[in-house]
Amino acid sequence: MPAVVAPVTDDDNRFFWQGVQEGRLLLQRCSGCGELRHPPGPMCPSCLSLDWEAEEASGRGTVYSWVLSHHPTEPDAEPRIVVLVDLEEGVRLVANLQGVAPSDVVNDLPVEVFFAPVDGVVLPQFRPRPA
Amino acid sequence: MDAVIAGIGHTEYSKNSGRSTLQLAAEASRAAIADAGLTPADIDGSVTFQLDRNDELAVTRCLGIPVLRFSSRTRGGGGGACATIQHAAAAVESGRARAVLIWRAFNERSRHRFGQPNPRGPDPTWDFYLPFGLDTPAKIYGLQFQRYMYRYGLTNADFGLYTVVARQYAATNPDAWFYKRPITLEDHQASRWIVEPLLRLLDCCQESDGGVALVVTSADRARDLPHRAARIAAASASHLVGGDEMFNFYHPDLTTFTEGAALAGQLWAESGYGPWDMDVALIYENFSPIVFMQLEAFGWCGPGEARDFIASGAIGPGGRMPVNTNGGLLGEGYIHGMNNIVEAVRQLRGTAANQVAGAERVLVTAGRSGLILEGSP
Repeated sequence: MPAVVAPVTDDDNRFFWQGVQEGRLLLQRCSGCGELRHPPGPMCPSCLSLDWEAEEASGRGTVYSWVLSHHPTEPDAEPRIVVLVDLEEGVRLVANLQGVAPSDVVNDLPVEVFFAPVDGVVLPQFRPRPA
Repeated sequence: MDAVIAGIGHTEYSKNSGRSTLQLAAEASRAAIADAGLTPADIDGSVTFQLDRNDELAVTRCLGIPVLRFSSRTRGGGGGACATIQHAAAAVESGRARAVLIWRAFNERSRHRFGQPNPRGPDPTWDFYLPFGLDTPAKIYGLQFQRYMYRYGLTNADFGLYTVVARQYAATNPDAWFYKRPITLEDHQASRWIVEPLLRLLDCCQESDGGVALVVTSADRARDLPHRAARIAAASASHLVGGDEMFNFYHPDLTTFTEGAALAGQLWAESGYGPWDMDVALIYENFSPIVFMQLEAFGWCGPGEARDFIASGAIGPGGRMPVNTNGGLLGEGYIHGMNNIVEAVRQLRGTAANQVAGAERVLVTAGRSGLILEGSP
């Protein structure tokens, strides 16, 4: 498995990565207009409000697209599946998919979040769920 | 617009230049200034990429350019290739500069390889990609291409149809790294996976060492210069909300190239032309599927029709819409898209290796920036 690049937290995304440490998938909800947004940012692009609250996502979604992440030149023991997940809340995010063979991954596969260390770094991961 | 490309220059395109990127920039620039029939003292503006590692003053010192009145850099990487022309034209037409030198030079194969995993992104949002293993352009773009492939029922072999055409053009272009080395679809299918289930090695642009330079000046000035000037009929960029550095993941539908479609609209509106007014198209292709999506975004075919359009021979030699007649970034070389602008100028001068007879209007795209060039009267 390729060495994992750990996230570097800053003022705008700290809540997200703290949530991951606590096993919660947090999204930003604008206090001005109520819109959800991801990736995090300090201002709402719809109403320009600086006020927001962290809201826990259901963790349920579907696989919008996926690739198998090989190292381009060095053989990997265990390549990771990288996915774009469309959450039920209408937000899309990048994560990994576990618990399914690459040959069995299909678009629109129903998935749910879990949290696990990957190469020592706790990350949101997804696994298949009953539809 | 009143600005033109009057000079073109480049080094050889190789895998190991054996010299500094500053020397590559200086050599390409010297060639472009001479090609324009100018001297370094005539140059008073510069444009390069945000990512270019050669400082403006280092380049002007090499060339003995006495005064630089204007300098700028275009945002991002290859997506800004055509924006260099937009910046230069804006400077010339506003009178901020009389003649602008544009360069891009790197040792992108022998030194810093773009195809290797990125240890750190340029901006904090990369923290939402890199930890998950999304660390090369092939994987980043792959997430978009995979949905396109799924939506239209394509396989990797379909993408190979483009590579075969690019390598056919490259095979008869002496400047191309793959000169005299055409491939078959079987060769494409035998190349190793880079990103399953969609990109093989032969779907990826080259990693190249080299430099390209261009000179932009006014049409009036160019009238006395040696070569037929390439008039800049349109030059624009399209950075849309919802896009990220290289990640367009947050547009609702990733099976269309949203930035490309917006750019197409801007270029057609600015020039008054449409897709079938173009005699040649140079389409930035970091990876083969992006050609499919741009053929659709610019309107030569409808959504999902690019595969059959390419298979019909439309983009190959003698086709209805010749694309990447130099072999493109897969076949000729990868100087971050700038070598495609050189090819566009050559087509208008009538000096391209794979000349399209009577070419008068050429589109050049680089993802989020593009331009239309036409022959001067």
